[in-house]
Amino acid sequence: MTFQTSRQTVARSMDAWNWLAVPTLTCFMLTLLLALPIRVFGLVPPEPVFLMVPAFVWAVIRPSILPPFILMVSGLLLDMLWGAPLGLWGFSLLFGYAGVLASRSFASGQGQSMNWVWYAITCLIVELTAYLATLIDVQAAPSLVGAFWQWAVTAALYPFAHQLIERFEDADVRFK
Amino acid sequence: MSFRDGPFQDLKVPLTWAAAMAVIVAGVAALGLLLSDRRETYRDEAYGAGRVVIDRVLVPTADVLLTPADWARSLGNGIGDYLFAVSENRRLKLENARLRQWRDAAIALEDINSRYRALLGVKIDPPIPMVTARVVLDARGPFTNTRLANAGEDMGVRVGHPVMSDAGLVGRVVGTGPGISRILLLTDVASHMPVLVDRTNARAILSGDGGPNPTLDYLRGIDPVRNGDRILSSGDGGVVPRGLPIGTAVKGLDGYWRVRLSSDSVPIDLVRILLFKDFTDLAAQKTLQASKMPPLTDVPPPVTSSSVLPPALTSKSAAAQVVAAVAPKPSASKPAVTKPASAFAKPIAPTPAPVKPIAKPSAAAAEPVR
Repeated sequence: MTFQTSRQTVARSMDAWNWLAVPTLTCFMLTLLLALPIRVFGLVPPEPVFLMVPAFVWAVIRPSILPPFILMVSGLLLDMLWGAPLGLWGFSLLFGYAGVLASRSFASGQGQSMNWVWYAITCLIVELTAYLATLIDVQAAPSLVGAFWQWAVTAALYPFAHQLIERFEDADVRFK
Repeated sequence: MSFRDGPFQDLKVPLTWAAAMAVIVAGVAALGLLLSDRRETYRDEAYGAGRVVIDRVLVPTADVLLTPADWARSLGNGIGDYLFAVSENRRLKLENARLRQWRDAAIALEDINSRYRALLGVKIDPPIPMVTARVVLDARGPFTNTRLANAGEDMGVRVGHPVMSDAGLVGRVVGTGPGISRILLLTDVASHMPVLVDRTNARAILSGDGGPNPTLDYLRGIDPVRNGDRILSSGDGGVVPRGLPIGTAVKGLDGYWRVRLSSDSVPIDLVRILLFKDFTDLAAQKTLQASKMPPLTDVPPPVTSSSVLPPALTSKSAAAQVVAAVAPKPSASKPAVTKPASAFAKPIAPTPAPVKPIAKPSAAAAEPVR
């Protein structure tokens, strides 16, 4: 009976709304807020890739069929919001997601600091993919300094990713 | 009964492989979209209906989100005006005095200019109408530098129209829809704008790289630019009008000449979209093509002389060959006259004068061949 109850709880917490829709919508709201033309004391706010957090978390928690397609659609919406070439962020995020999926068997289960390093490396892969895709697409090199800053502020978002991992890590024990 | 609770609950689905396949399918789809995208072109259809729909949703949403920021800004401006009214008043008086001197100079120059225009018969470009728009979204990452403004094709905005702030050129429109227009900034990595250095009139291409200071590419000539030189739009190609202020030249740490943009010095909330059309588009092309040229009545005969020939061809035989090539069929009796008026119906073929064979190069040099 107890087993049944716990399984029902797990099923409720792992439904698509909780672990897929809510993080995606939250990321879009935050991206939209930071895209508003507001300067604070003359300073321009940073522009992190918030969708990097769910892209990392979804691959760490468990492999699934839905997240890649959600990432692609979210990437397209991000391209439209930022005015980027269509497919740039969808492709880059999927590249990072695939990297995490490939490395999760030997990288998962580590401490928080190692996970942060893993997340930062994934951010670097995503940023490099976007850099190379832009380089090939427009045949001009984007600013390395700008790409570095975007990587740095995106890598600094790991605490949010950690919270999501803590929340959903035990939801599906098949992939522990 | 759900799938998990049924008889298949112990079935091991190879979820990792299925997820990998999903990644590949989604990745290929995204890559295909990326390769087919041409947002920086001047074609209207390149922007796409999907983008227009999303932008039309974003504009009112961002407007609502900006309302508290507007209130905070008004409050801050009000407090600042109250606290610094005296110093602001002094500064404005000084600026006003300077501007009066500039006004006098401008009136004098305008007078001289109008006289020159009258003397030379110069036709200047007509005034450019413009639309004021509010920026509601601002993307400023390393791979994308665009802004979304709330004025669109219903107000006459078209793809390619230049966009200015109070201080200078900001970029150009790359997509429009009803009530929206997407502006590609000069700093975007896909932006290339023909510019000139005001001091030397040297041409260059201003190329964005996602950073705050775009680079000056294809600079030519000796010492074409110096620190602090003013950079203006050149108008080459007819995309933007000539003479729009862009910024000042600075030497970057990487050794490249860059431009410190004037538009960075002011707030970015309001922009002016110039409804600019190239002056060649303004002219009635059909009328120009329909009008006939005046008849060609006097075509000068071809001039051949050993004085204009290179030294290698001044020998007797070589000079004769060249003359024969220039004047293919000499007619000995007819003078060099072309038929008027009918020349428009047929291709113009002037009848050359007879050519004497050149006996001596020196004599030929002294007496031009007729």
